[in-house]
Amino acid sequence: MRDLTKGNMGNGMLGALHRISGIFIKELIQMRRDKITFAMMLVLPVMQLILFGFAINMDPKHLPTKLQLEENTRFTRTIVAAMQNSGYFDFITTDESDGDPLVTGKAAFIVTIPVGFSKALINNQQPQILIEADATDPAAASNAIGNASTIINQALAHDLQRLNSQSSLKPAVDVVVHRAYNPEAITQYNIVPGLLGVILTMTSVMITAIAMTREAERGTMENLLSLPAKPVEVMLGKIFPYSIVGVVQTFVVLLAAYFLFEVPFTGSVLLLAIGVTVFVLANLALGFTFSTIARTQMEALQLTFFFFLPSILLSGFMFPFRGMPQWAQYIGELLPLTHFLRIVRGVMLKAAQIPDLVNEVYAIGAFMLFMCVVAILRYRTTLD
Amino acid sequence: MSDYAIDVSGLVKRFDNKVAVNGVDIKMPKGQVWGFLGPNGSGKTTTIRMICGLLQPSEGKGQCLGFDILKQSAQIKNLTGYMTQKFSFWGDLTIRENLEFVARLYQLKNIKQIVDNTLANLGLTHRQHQLAGALSGGWKQRLALAAVTMSNPKLLLLDEPTAGVDPQARRDFWDEIHKLSAQGLTVLVSTHYMDEAERCDQIVYLANGELITQGSVDEIIKQADIVAFQLKGHGIREQLQSIKQEEGVSSAAYFGAAVHVCGKNADELKDCLHKYQSDDISLTQVDVNLEDAFIQMMANAGFDQRQHG
Ligand SMILES: Nc1ncnc2c1ncn2[C@@H]1O[C@H](COP(=O)(O)OP(=O)(O)OP(=O)(O)O)[C@@H](O)[C@H]1O
Ligand SMILES: [Mg+2]
Repeated sequence: MRDLTKGNMGNGMLGALHRISGIFIKELIQMRRDKITFAMMLVLPVMQLILFGFAINMDPKHLPTKLQLEENTRFTRTIVAAMQNSGYFDFITTDESDGDPLVTGKAAFIVTIPVGFSKALINNQQPQILIEADATDPAAASNAIGNASTIINQALAHDLQRLNSQSSLKPAVDVVVHRAYNPEAITQYNIVPGLLGVILTMTSVMITAIAMTREAERGTMENLLSLPAKPVEVMLGKIFPYSIVGVVQTFVVLLAAYFLFEVPFTGSVLLLAIGVTVFVLANLALGFTFSTIARTQMEALQLTFFFFLPSILLSGFMFPFRGMPQWAQYIGELLPLTHFLRIVRGVMLKAAQIPDLVNEVYAIGAFMLFMCVVAILRYRTTLD
Repeated sequence: MSDYAIDVSGLVKRFDNKVAVNGVDIKMPKGQVWGFLGPNGSGKTTTIRMICGLLQPSEGKGQCLGFDILKQSAQIKNLTGYMTQKFSFWGDLTIRENLEFVARLYQLKNIKQIVDNTLANLGLTHRQHQLAGALSGGWKQRLALAAVTMSNPKLLLLDEPTAGVDPQARRDFWDEIHKLSAQGLTVLVSTHYMDEAERCDQIVYLANGELITQGSVDEIIKQADIVAFQLKGHGIREQLQSIKQEEGVSSAAYFGAAVHVCGKNADELKDCLHKYQSDDISLTQVDVNLEDAFIQMMANAGFDQRQHG
């Protein structure tokens, strides 16, 4: 009996792999049985995506617009008609005494066509039209703004063809947009990739933080600690199953981003895959560290949210990174989400390749290694 | 390597300012079965945890299976099966999954076969896919027992393994323990059952965190240095309170239809019990049992359970 049961692979790599796989399988089973957590991990990303997605996928039209026409010519009339026909702009009249319509919220845009516009247009001098936009809610205004230049220039092209046979590569009119209150507009393209990072941060940190404290709370910790598994093995065995969850979540979000919201996907897929992997592992390691500090699942949750808030606020997800004060940027640089956002946005929107963003990967990797070391050092092999 | 499975000295464990274990020495030879006894809160669980590396002793040192309990707990865990007092298996895993998990952590080969055998021995083959959390209390104990012996450890540390287990299963368990010990396994088992204590080669008795006495059953009974009488017959049960008040009586307790009385001095005790004797009630000297000895020792140690625990 004895030789049949006891392998002499106790301390080698093979033994370690056995123990890790034991913990891995146990966690997978427990994860599958814990219906609420399991649902949370898969439903939460979809729900968030759809909620955010609807808010930003809406293409708001009929936005109140105040016209400031400083001259009235054939061209200005063409422009006004074209803008109105586009459906984005509804012209309103306001009283000067009511105050700035952008501030009061009566208007979303103020469109100014300056004196001398028509003359400059005829002379092919590319005159300017100023659109001041209330960009506090950039998603609301971005489509209208994005299309304004095309709408105006296409309308004028017809009028100008008769006047001016010379074709120009330059658009006839330079539409100048002033976004008030939010200089670096966040578009839906910015949010959906960012959402991937936010979802992964929240679920990954929380899930490992809970996975360990749960053992303590249910009284199974004493048993786990009495079995021959080293801290590293417990950590890896606990982290691997949840990294699979991270990968699944990534697929869900990316597919939704691509099909529902038509977020372009232009860069290196390999870079994204590496970025996601390192990022998920970094967050899982952080969650494991939290579980060595927290004694209960509740405390683990509190720590998670304590970390989650600055991650959302200082990573560039909510607010433009460059718009933050210097000290906030320094803190932001320490957060894995900051670097991950650069990778995802780079890959999805800017056609980034691996060399462009490899430093961001290193930054997340350094965070991950640091957290693993802290977790191992802090991991208690005793019940003290 | 030493012949002792457990060789610890001066073990002290303080929680905050409370002393749970206060200078315990245990030298336990390999291949024996020792009983670990003592009132609730006397420090049995805490001592066992220090031996297998689950608690860091505040003071003291020692070896377990030749490994330093302070520094080599990883090696100790590999060779030790520890059954916790409270059920600590995973309630959301099935019986089979729990056993497989333990088998993997001990890096056993032929996991399927070993688990099949264990389930068959337990008589749980047909329930192997039930969640462990849904088992009755006694079955939980039996599952835990099966799990700790599965890895063929060199040392078993069992913390009240048979609490809540039915008599047949307890007997099976002790048969198994003695079979394994004959093959060289060392077993330290804490229990509150006297009949189980009597099955042990040696008994270690703890009270209030201190080792009060240690020895075989006979030695401990002899050490207690008391005699016992039995008053038996109709009407004696109503007399218990007054018997307890008697000068030479150190303890008295119901024993079925009889009252079991202990005292330090046989003559003195006999004298004061004579008056309870009648046509209906007989007075006979009986053997001192282990329970008598322990109660006497607790009294000798000035230990009042109600003040501690
Ligand atoms: N983690 C802990 N923190 C604080 N005090 C503790 C802790 N564990 C045990 N104690 C205290 O140490 C003392 C000894 O407890 P222990 O569990 O070792 O007793 P025991 O002999 O196993 O009792 P029982 O027979 O009831 O199982 C008790 O007074 C208990 O309250
Ligand atoms: Mg105990």
